[in-house]
Amino acid sequence: MKNNILIAALLFAAFPLLSNTLVVCPDCPVNTIAKGIALANPCDTVLVQSGTYYENNIEINKDLTLIGEGMPVVDGKEQGEIFTVENKYFYIEGFRIQNVGRSYVEDRAGIRIRKSTQFTIRNNEFDEAFFAIYLQNSSKGLIEGNHISAHSLEEANSGNAIHAWYCSYLEIANNVVKGNRDGIYLEFVDNSLIHNNLSQDNIRYGLHFMFSDDDSYYDNEFVDNGAGVAVMYSKNIVMQRNVFRDNWGAASYGLLLKDIFDSEIFHNRFNQNTVGIFMETSNRLKIQQNEFSENGWAVKMSGGNQTNILSKNNFLHNTFNLSVHSAGTDNVFSSNYWSDYAGYDLDKDGVGDVPHRPMKLFSYVVSSTPEAMVLLRSLFIDLLNFSEKVSPIFTPENVIDETPLMTPLPVFGKV
Amino acid sequence: MIEITGLHKSFGKNHVLKGVELSLVPPGLIAILGPNGSGKTTLIKSILGMVIPDRGEIEVDGASIKKAWEYRRQISYLPQIARFPENIRVRELIAMVKDLRGETEMDVSLISYFGLQPFLDKKLGNLSGGTRQKVNLVLCFMYDCPIVILDEPTAGLDPVSLVRLKKLIKTKREEGKLILITTHVMDLVEELAEEVVYLLEGNIHFRGTVAELKEKYQGRNVEESIAALLQKDGPFSLGAVASNGHAKVPETLLEN
Amino acid sequence: MFKIFKYSFFDLIRSRWTYIYAGFYFLFTLGMLMLSSDLSKVVISSMNVVLILCPLIATMFGVMYYYNSREFTELLLSQPIKRTSIFTGQFLGLATSLSVSLLVGAGIPFLMFGVFGSDQAGNFLVLLFNGVVLSFIFAAISFFIALKNEDKIKGFGLAILVWLLLAVVYDGLLLLGLSWFRDYPLEKASLIASVLNPIDLSRVMLLLKLDISALMSLTGAVYRKFLGSGVGMAISVAVLLIWTIIPTLGIRRVCLRRDF
Repeated sequence: MKNNILIAALLFAAFPLLSNTLVVCPDCPVNTIAKGIALANPCDTVLVQSGTYYENNIEINKDLTLIGEGMPVVDGKEQGEIFTVENKYFYIEGFRIQNVGRSYVEDRAGIRIRKSTQFTIRNNEFDEAFFAIYLQNSSKGLIEGNHISAHSLEEANSGNAIHAWYCSYLEIANNVVKGNRDGIYLEFVDNSLIHNNLSQDNIRYGLHFMFSDDDSYYDNEFVDNGAGVAVMYSKNIVMQRNVFRDNWGAASYGLLLKDIFDSEIFHNRFNQNTVGIFMETSNRLKIQQNEFSENGWAVKMSGGNQTNILSKNNFLHNTFNLSVHSAGTDNVFSSNYWSDYAGYDLDKDGVGDVPHRPMKLFSYVVSSTPEAMVLLRSLFIDLLNFSEKVSPIFTPENVIDETPLMTPLPVFGKV
Repeated sequence: MIEITGLHKSFGKNHVLKGVELSLVPPGLIAILGPNGSGKTTLIKSILGMVIPDRGEIEVDGASIKKAWEYRRQISYLPQIARFPENIRVRELIAMVKDLRGETEMDVSLISYFGLQPFLDKKLGNLSGGTRQKVNLVLCFMYDCPIVILDEPTAGLDPVSLVRLKKLIKTKREEGKLILITTHVMDLVEELAEEVVYLLEGNIHFRGTVAELKEKYQGRNVEESIAALLQKDGPFSLGAVASNGHAKVPETLLEN
Repeated sequence: MFKIFKYSFFDLIRSRWTYIYAGFYFLFTLGMLMLSSDLSKVVISSMNVVLILCPLIATMFGVMYYYNSREFTELLLSQPIKRTSIFTGQFLGLATSLSVSLLVGAGIPFLMFGVFGSDQAGNFLVLLFNGVVLSFIFAAISFFIALKNEDKIKGFGLAILVWLLLAVVYDGLLLLGLSWFRDYPLEKASLIASVLNPIDLSRVMLLLKLDISALMSLTGAVYRKFLGSGVGMAISVAVLLIWTIIPTLGIRRVCLRRDF
């Protein structure tokens, strides 16, 4: 075992000595990237100097390092995929990849990686690259510092900025993804880390998990997407210190949870989303020490949610703090700070002496008759909420915080 | 001139005017008399267009007053109880009426005539009834109109002002105006009126000169004549008591 | 008419109640602005207050002003002035003084905090517009009711009843109807119902401006489509105008038949 590591280290150290660097530039003898790649030997570095290269369908089947010098532009002229890699090792850095062209029939990519086990995509720029980075059956990849933008208008003819399918051990960090369909799409992706990314203005989801387990995303920011993050049919996901804000629209969510189990949602901030967290048939989630402010609904629980714990969160000035469609059996709401709590604390222990019912009557009415929302902020509704607060009749009995906090908890997560 | 034909007016079930026919031609000073609730004020307010008749026609200077308002330029009106906005000063009120109705200079002489200078900067709410009536008189007489309608003009006036008012009314009469007065003060009728119109139960019961009134009802003065009229034809007549049945004379009175 | 308007307006604008009313708006808005730096939130809070207070205060002022100025009215009636001019002038004076209270009371603090440099300028103007329109509508309704009823208590009671119907009961019935027929598509029905009531219409116009339509999902989309379109906006403004014009015409009609 020890010997193996030593041998690997020696091999790695030896690579630069064995490899050559091949220069590509518009006025060089080698004036296209495709030619450079064809001429390069395995383990070589292809150095592409600045200029615009109109190329597409560049296939790579050997261990290569592609370095762009002075941000060379690779323009697909909307003709098709640009880099297609099917190899164990690949490294690319410093390219601007643009105009892949939209397609309804094939998922064209800026960089497609198949069956790789060690790859890095670093500090590239993508513009209108359809599926900018498309990963299939790969593992141990680092996608870092890329800036991916598109100007998608509808879901059907737009691609995901970073799309991964059947992958594991990925690290997706410090990328900026804007204006795509999904910012980051993960399907059957396990044991991966997604952190410090900014995902903004994507028309569907900022980050989208499907059938992906044991992943963790933290310190990301999801702004003004169709929905910030959707986690579906997944388990053991850790979500920490993310910011979900301005995901505002008729069908928008900060965080959409559907059929997910055993996950942790800690220290996140949800600000000005239509719905902070929407959850459906999700079990055993711990939602703690998050801050929900100025959302339409802070937390909206649809049917089939069980054994979830919602505690020590700050609920600040949301139109509705909580909407629970069917009460469920054993969800726990405890020790949260509710900005509309009107109780008192005579024994000065920081915990209100009167339990708080976070679900207003109007919230209940709206969940059964959505059209009733037109009465929002009407005097009648204020009176209705008040009378229900004084003597609860309609709101579910067990949606109650027995230990509401008198002051907000310290602020967590990114500022 | 004022021409009233077939004037009817009810307030709810109370039929106040029952087909009044009246023709008034200037010049003249006519007292409109009648017991309480006989419709004097309703008649006057009808002429002014403040009360809208159920039936009948009122013409002023040959034109119907229905839906008209310009004809009120021809009328100076002294309302019965002087009700003014409480919060404004006498000076402001006079200025306001002048602003609404048009410029006049007669107010200055009228103010001194009724001795109102000390009150010009007082709020109307703080004035006594008599002083208010003087303000009322100034507002009424500051326009030189061919028709003058005075509803209880003497209410609350001190003797000096009363004398001056009578003098003023006489002057207006001499100028050839048509003056209508309602009053409960019979001496005033005796002294000023040329003609009497007596309203009873919504109709004109008597119309004629003061002399004719005295002659018909055998009174030494207007007061006695009116009393006689009421006993003969009005609510105090034997016929009225009999028809009412239960209106008996109190027994204590009989013993005396 | 203009002269009557002028006297009514200046009479009211000097009244203690006008100062109290404007002062309340001023202090409330100023307080909110000092507590919260977010203009849009202050606009929302002001909206809640304006939608309740404008109709209620206009109703009470309308009735009170009519009964308290009867002396003045009678004086005017004996003058050579058209009846309709007297009452229309008085109503306009009343509604304008209420509107000025709102504009000054709520407007100055917003101006002090630079609303016109912010993205809330449009919402702020819509808020003031709706407040002014509601003041006119409810002043007209209550003035009309007072004119119809000689009895002060009855007039006051009726006016408050009408306010209660439009401000509270209407929404209750709407909610009842919506939940009764919730299996049917109700977006259009609820849209029509809320356009017909001036308070609801103002509220919905403001809510949509303040981008709460996202909370209304499909209903919100229908509303937004309607009120966002030129036709929809024209219809809304027309409805508000009709609500102002009908009681105003009522005032003119009743005043011609009334005895004084």
